[in-house]
Amino acid sequence: MRLQLSPEDQKFREEMREFFTTQIPERIRSKVIARQELSKEEMVESQQILNAAGLAVPGWPLEWGGKDWSQLQRHIWHEEMQLAGVPQPLAFNASMVGPVIANFASQELKERFLAKTANLDIWWAQGFSEPDAGSDLASLRTTAVREGDEYVVNGQKTWTTLGQYGDWIFMLVRTDPAAPKKQQGISFLLIDMTTPGVTVRPIELIDGGFEVNEVFFDNVRVPVGNLVGEENAGWTYAKFLLGNERVGIAQVGASQRHLATAKEIAKERGVLDRFASRIVSLESELLALETTALRVAAHSDGGKPHPASSVLKIKGSVLIQAVSELLMDIEGPAATTSWNSRVFLNNRKVSIFGGSNEVQRTIIAGTILGL
Amino acid sequence: MEFTIDTEQQSLVQAVRGLVGKTYDSSEARRAVTKAEPGFAAWDQLAEMGVLSLPFEATAAEVSLAAEELGRVIAPDPFVESIVLAGGLINSVGTDEQKSELVDAIAEGQTLPVLAWLEPNRGWSAQAVSVTYSDGKLNGVKSTVVQADRADLLVVSAAVDGGTGLFLVTDGYATETERTHDGSRAATVTFSDTPAVALGDGGDALAALEHALNLARIAYAHEALGAMAVALDITVGYLKTRKQFGVTLNKFQALTFRAADMYVELELARSAITWATIVAADEGSTPEDVAAAASHAALQVARAGRHIALDAIQLHGGIGMTAEYSVGHYASRILAIGQMIGDETFHLDRLAARIDDHTVLDPIG
Ligand SMILES: Cc1cc2nc3c(=O)[nH]c(=O)nc-3n(C[C@H](O)[C@H](O)[C@H](O)COP(=O)(O)OP(=O)(O)OC[C@H]3O[C@@H](n4cnc5c(N)ncnc54)[C@H](O)[C@@H]3O)c2cc1C
Repeated sequence: MRLQLSPEDQKFREEMREFFTTQIPERIRSKVIARQELSKEEMVESQQILNAAGLAVPGWPLEWGGKDWSQLQRHIWHEEMQLAGVPQPLAFNASMVGPVIANFASQELKERFLAKTANLDIWWAQGFSEPDAGSDLASLRTTAVREGDEYVVNGQKTWTTLGQYGDWIFMLVRTDPAAPKKQQGISFLLIDMTTPGVTVRPIELIDGGFEVNEVFFDNVRVPVGNLVGEENAGWTYAKFLLGNERVGIAQVGASQRHLATAKEIAKERGVLDRFASRIVSLESELLALETTALRVAAHSDGGKPHPASSVLKIKGSVLIQAVSELLMDIEGPAATTSWNSRVFLNNRKVSIFGGSNEVQRTIIAGTILGL
Repeated sequence: MEFTIDTEQQSLVQAVRGLVGKTYDSSEARRAVTKAEPGFAAWDQLAEMGVLSLPFEATAAEVSLAAEELGRVIAPDPFVESIVLAGGLINSVGTDEQKSELVDAIAEGQTLPVLAWLEPNRGWSAQAVSVTYSDGKLNGVKSTVVQADRADLLVVSAAVDGGTGLFLVTDGYATETERTHDGSRAATVTFSDTPAVALGDGGDALAALEHALNLARIAYAHEALGAMAVALDITVGYLKTRKQFGVTLNKFQALTFRAADMYVELELARSAITWATIVAADEGSTPEDVAAAASHAALQVARAGRHIALDAIQLHGGIGMTAEYSVGHYASRILAIGQMIGDETFHLDRLAARIDDHTVLDPIG
């Protein structure tokens, strides 16, 4: 058992820190640190700086811009990025559709999409959930019927995050309604959002923000070449994608930074004493969480996510919520009009999406504990 | 960053597991031992195997690995109390002469020392107030002193001019012993003009005492961790076999979710507690680092320990309440460890006092 990073990993960490704090514009990072919303342009700008330095998609296969890093180095990269207030590469591109295309799509699709996906020249949206297919994703009903060289897509997706910026959407669609198991008739399809028949309608959330959308498909014609992998094998790719989505969702670095901010604010307002034990209590839990993330990273070399990544999802989301609750409480009555309480409300989402915490408990109980 | 243990450590784990697994191969076996005097049975073999010399010869990592194994069978042997804590203090504070006279004897199991540090109604304060030392004599009351009756040697903290000194006592004191709920023994010890010899120079040893307590807290936390892991295992096994309403209990999601939450707490506790050991084993760590790490580990025992211990009983239903079944013994031991190493408020206060030392708490410094 050893506490220190190896000299190489320590050097790697310093390089990352140096890069993130000097190469990504201060105006973008300070907005992230103040927990303000970024514009699309700011997110693109930041990702393109990362990508130019080879730091946007380290998890991808080498030939498509990935890095030969250990899991620990990926963890360090991720944490340092968050600590420095660098917006993370758009998850839909970097950790969801990119790896699916790189692992399962045709050579043609790889060449067409991967470089642009890494560079955020294409903004991807995730079209999985539907009004009647949430936690039970496999009950989705949006259909894609093959007619010659095209699929004709009809149906409705919902909760599509930042779909208003989306250039393309990766979709789970039903291609075989007669399949014996509902998981078997699903395909993974890429759709240009400017295709006629695609309509995006924003949904306002409880914090007053517009980050999710409904997306309607009315006889949308999609070339069959946009199918990823094999027809009716989409569920396999979706599971692969969801596994990647969970890793890194704990956001420990960001929570640590917000907690440091909370400490600062409490001090400025002269209420540190009242909040001290809540702060150190959260610090202690974040310490345990980060150490768990390190343990998971140290044991998942070889590509497979550690089964305990559900622990990270559950506890990470709970701590994100607890830290934002603390920031709100420190403000007292002023919180009713401030950004902090909106963030607090907005953060209810982190225990719902990416596999709700109840779904993660099911995974732990079934897969890890064998119950 | 290395969380795996090396082959030598692996064999230590295997050896200790084999040994205590034989002595305490069931909860009936453990119960039989704790009912008789002195209440523990693996001591001589632990000495033979070299486990009792670990705090003097190895790092905190080996000490913790051994403690965790003892925790897995909830061995009642006072490894942490006598060896890590009392022995550790003798080794760190004693004069050369005291060390050469005592340390080997302790490691070989011939002398069993315990530390008398807690005082009535003073929480977990390490500062001695009610027991005082002057002119070679101790006066006052210590409580709770684990295994005071069985001990050959008491290390007593006492108020001296300018602080808290440490003293060795072999007789001339009165004990009133009670059984603890987890099967151990603990006493109230009264000193009246009890002859005592200074450990080391007899001056203020508060810092050394605090440090020894912190190292013991970390080892204790590992003992609790071993017990928590097994408590969860037992519970999972039960949910898979116990039938009600025509199905096994694991068909009820409300119950599997509670088991999943226990697992989440266990893994996070394992992280924080292992981290604390790594800090303690690192030569670059200051006593303040170790104190903070010990508090983080103790917080996990306070929180995760209670959560796991109490839910383990609840998920067993009535059988969990019985002394015939093992899970309640685990819960009892976990709770007792929590009471010895300090509760949530105590450790939160300790950490809050250092809140300004850092902006972000970073496990890899
Ligand atoms: C802000 C936000 C952004 C999102 N972004 C996207 C996106 O970009 N793309 C996309 O495709 N989707 C997105 N989602 C959708 C998200 O993945 C779903 O909301 C999620 O899968 C839960 O589904 P649901 O909302 O239908 O809830 P339901 O599945 O109806 O669940 C309701 C409640 O029941 C619980 N529950 C359900 N089934 C079980 C069970 N078997 N056992 C125990 N408890 C259960 C759930 O945990 C939850 O508490 C987003 C959601 C939100 C809130």
